[in-house]
Amino acid sequence: MSSPSFAPATPEIWLTCAVCIVLLAEVFAGERRRGLTPTLTLLALALGAALTVQYGQVAQRTLLFDGLYIADELSWVLKLAGFLIVAVALLYSRSYLENRGILRGEYYVLALTALLGIFVLASANSLLTLYLGVELLALSVYAMVAFDRDSGVAAESAMKYFVLGAIASGTLLYGMSVIYGLTGTLDLGEIAARLNGPLTPGLILGLTFIVVAVAFKLGAVPFHMWLPDVYEGAPTSVTLFIGTAPKLAYFALTLRLLTYGLAGAVGEWSQMLAGLAVLTLVVGNVVAIVQTNLKRMLAYSTIANVGFIVLGFVAGTPEGYSAALYYTLVYVLVALGSFGVILLASRKGFEADRLEDYRGLQQRDPLLAAAMMVLMFSTAGVPPFVGFWAKLRIFQVLWESHHLWLVVIAAAMSVVGAYYYLRVIKLMYFDPPPETLPPTARSAGVRFALGLNAAAVLALGVLPGPLLDLCARLIH
Amino acid sequence: MPHLLSILIWLPIAAGLAVLALGDRQIAAGRWLALAASLATLALTVPLWAHFDTATAALQFAEKLAWIPRFQAYYALGVDGISLPLIVLTAFMTVPVVIAGWTVIESRPAQYYAAFLIMEGLMIGVFSASDALLFYFFWEAMLIPMFLIIGIWGGPRRVYATIKFFLYTFLGSVFMLTAFIYMYLKAGDYGIASLQALPLTLSEQRWIFLALMLAFAVKVPMFPVHTWLPDAHVEAPTGGSVILAAIMLKMGGYGFLRFSLPIAPDASRELDLLVIALSLIAVIYIGFVALVQQDMKKLIAYSSIAHMGFVTLGAFVIYEIVAATHSTQGAGMGLDGAMVQMISHGLISGALFLCVGVLYDRVHSRQIADYGGVVNTMPVFATFMVLFALANTGLPGTSGFVGEFLVIIASFRASFWYAALAAVTLILGACYTLWLVKRVVFGAVASPKVAALEDLNPREFVVLGALAVAVLAVGVWPAPLLKVMQPTIHHLVTQAIATKL
Repeated sequence: MSSPSFAPATPEIWLTCAVCIVLLAEVFAGERRRGLTPTLTLLALALGAALTVQYGQVAQRTLLFDGLYIADELSWVLKLAGFLIVAVALLYSRSYLENRGILRGEYYVLALTALLGIFVLASANSLLTLYLGVELLALSVYAMVAFDRDSGVAAESAMKYFVLGAIASGTLLYGMSVIYGLTGTLDLGEIAARLNGPLTPGLILGLTFIVVAVAFKLGAVPFHMWLPDVYEGAPTSVTLFIGTAPKLAYFALTLRLLTYGLAGAVGEWSQMLAGLAVLTLVVGNVVAIVQTNLKRMLAYSTIANVGFIVLGFVAGTPEGYSAALYYTLVYVLVALGSFGVILLASRKGFEADRLEDYRGLQQRDPLLAAAMMVLMFSTAGVPPFVGFWAKLRIFQVLWESHHLWLVVIAAAMSVVGAYYYLRVIKLMYFDPPPETLPPTARSAGVRFALGLNAAAVLALGVLPGPLLDLCARLIH
Repeated sequence: MPHLLSILIWLPIAAGLAVLALGDRQIAAGRWLALAASLATLALTVPLWAHFDTATAALQFAEKLAWIPRFQAYYALGVDGISLPLIVLTAFMTVPVVIAGWTVIESRPAQYYAAFLIMEGLMIGVFSASDALLFYFFWEAMLIPMFLIIGIWGGPRRVYATIKFFLYTFLGSVFMLTAFIYMYLKAGDYGIASLQALPLTLSEQRWIFLALMLAFAVKVPMFPVHTWLPDAHVEAPTGGSVILAAIMLKMGGYGFLRFSLPIAPDASRELDLLVIALSLIAVIYIGFVALVQQDMKKLIAYSSIAHMGFVTLGAFVIYEIVAATHSTQGAGMGLDGAMVQMISHGLISGALFLCVGVLYDRVHSRQIADYGGVVNTMPVFATFMVLFALANTGLPGTSGFVGEFLVIIASFRASFWYAALAAVTLILGACYTLWLVKRVVFGAVASPKVAALEDLNPREFVVLGALAVAVLAVGVWPAPLLKVMQPTIHHLVTQAIATKL
């Protein structure tokens, strides 16, 4: 093994330092200087991104820490995206937290540890590292959901999330132990090498547990029960957080575990995933139609989108995985904006989470409504927005891998899905504004960021080439 | 002029965004900007028509830029004899729409003009794209402004109508997209020419044909997927109805000519009776449905479906002609008729919707029963209305005659019965249109509201006058139009008759 340079692990190392700094700064700054932590966190994220660009890039796939840790271009890009997404999410959240009296340093510390978990997952090359990342991320997020400690709903969601999450972690761990028992190694590369032979019932058993755990983390039906409750019950800023950056991590989890470690069983897990994907698409899209709460509707929309991401894996080819990666990135970009709109529409004592709270938004706040319209059309898969290309890519890889029926189901379900996105636009654009609703937030910086977010959805939709190329390059 | 097609697409879109940026406060400037942009676009179609080489079927004014290298998709544009007239029609029909909304649209006018201008650019994009992915991109993007136009400025049931419109079209389009992707994976790129040249087995062609037909049949619209149209037309504001009837429906017909016939010629031949049957049902059954309508807009909407039936009939009867006469001689006439019918219907239905708009702006009713004796108070308007109504019935000398006549003659070569059934529409069309005119325009003054009507203002006169000139010009002298289309139609017949097996 070559001389160990820790440079590729710069993001994790810096983030660990940043957690300590932010934690200490909060202690010493005291009650009076509340604004310090958010600013410090954003600075830490910006600096982290800069350090990652400077030192974190590797020329080829590099193994560190006795093969526990892998650094490649994919993990590098995922980490940069993680920095950016978390920074934007925290930027959107600040006034929301302030209005509810929960603008505390711990929130930012938890966000940073969750990000650290995401990074560990993105670079995991061993079952142990994977599990470490999953737990670090999950535990931070459980605490974030319960952060508004006076809110009964939030506490209930956190409890639900924690209990179901613990079961999923147990399932994952059990599956991993079976695989370990069969192969005698934790290293993903070694596992792949040793699982070359014929499939044994033991392997199928372990695989099943692992697929269940992955489905739970992604939120695929029938392991999705936690998702709508948590999305609805958590403070919106936390919903925004859960709905965005961790998706990258769970993409990485699926990729590293199934397509890398368990590549030999691709036929088996892709069949399992195909069943899950169909269920997920149907349940997500159909149930979303009857929701009256926007957060809950977006939760079911998340489930529906997860169905598309899983379809990318079903294809079982590098093309398919790169389509799934593209879909994930696009989905995260759009989710960031959609939950950002909810945050901006909320005021002190007003959550803006019911659909009817958006009636006549176009006349009350044209920018917010226009951004939301762009995001909704994008999720519905209508050009010229980027969501169209994400769906196109998935259709393409499914055709290539001869999954005719999945193409038909996915196409039909994207039409069903269009209905509830159109309904949001209908409320904002076609309905008259009621007089009782409070005005939306006017902070210029955040509105500018949201405008950029929506503009990115349009720009990437008109010129999708570069991002498509990047995703294809990241997965060989 | 280089990049003429790009300018035609992006000029209105840029102007639309500028109007949007000016906002409702500076709407006076916004209105003039919208008018200037739509006139400039129309003016730019003059060099397009003038420099168009009528001797070749090749794509002209071609532009090609790399767009998505990964998919071999290009920003590729070009026009031939079937897209050129439709582009001119699009540019021509947007001007009256802008003028017609001048004083009528009071709520959110900046967005109104922006939506129409952006849509104009996107529609021209649909007709000029020579890459299937780019075509689809424009085709779908166009739904967004139309969705907003019906939903924001429409009538009482606008939400139902616009969501129905969107979902119907979206359903059709999604399956067209899957067909495109399938062909792309075989052909290696999205160029329409390479899709047309792609060898396909009969069963592949069948599925592709049906997937494409779903998209185009919804747009045309063909029986039985036509039910969105009466709703959308009735609820849409006048401008929306005009664009919907004049241009958007033509995209279905255009799609059949551009994609279905050349890409799946064998499936088209095999399934031609399906399309012909649905077309004849549209012509006859929908004609009867139109007869009983109480609402003027609904009546014209149903009449649109019946008239568009001629387009699909003319496009697919070519196979029957070849089968019956063993020669391709007469086949071109069916396609000629389909194309002329599209242009003519664009002008006439647009004009009729504008006429209804003129009445609606004054009386705020679309019910036929609320009118009667309009000629007494609005003689000039009545003249135009009668002219367009006669054109709608296919009176010789108007554009309506040329298209229907060509299609009926072509059908006659295939079978007497097709022609006989298609000709029924001339009677039915005359029935519902003239009865409409009788009840609305003629007779005694029906109500105090009608008695208080004022005749056309100069703005309305200019709009209807321009359309009347166009309807008569195409009717009296269709030769230039036919000449522009001739080589392309000839080429299309060769493609459609040839077998890929």
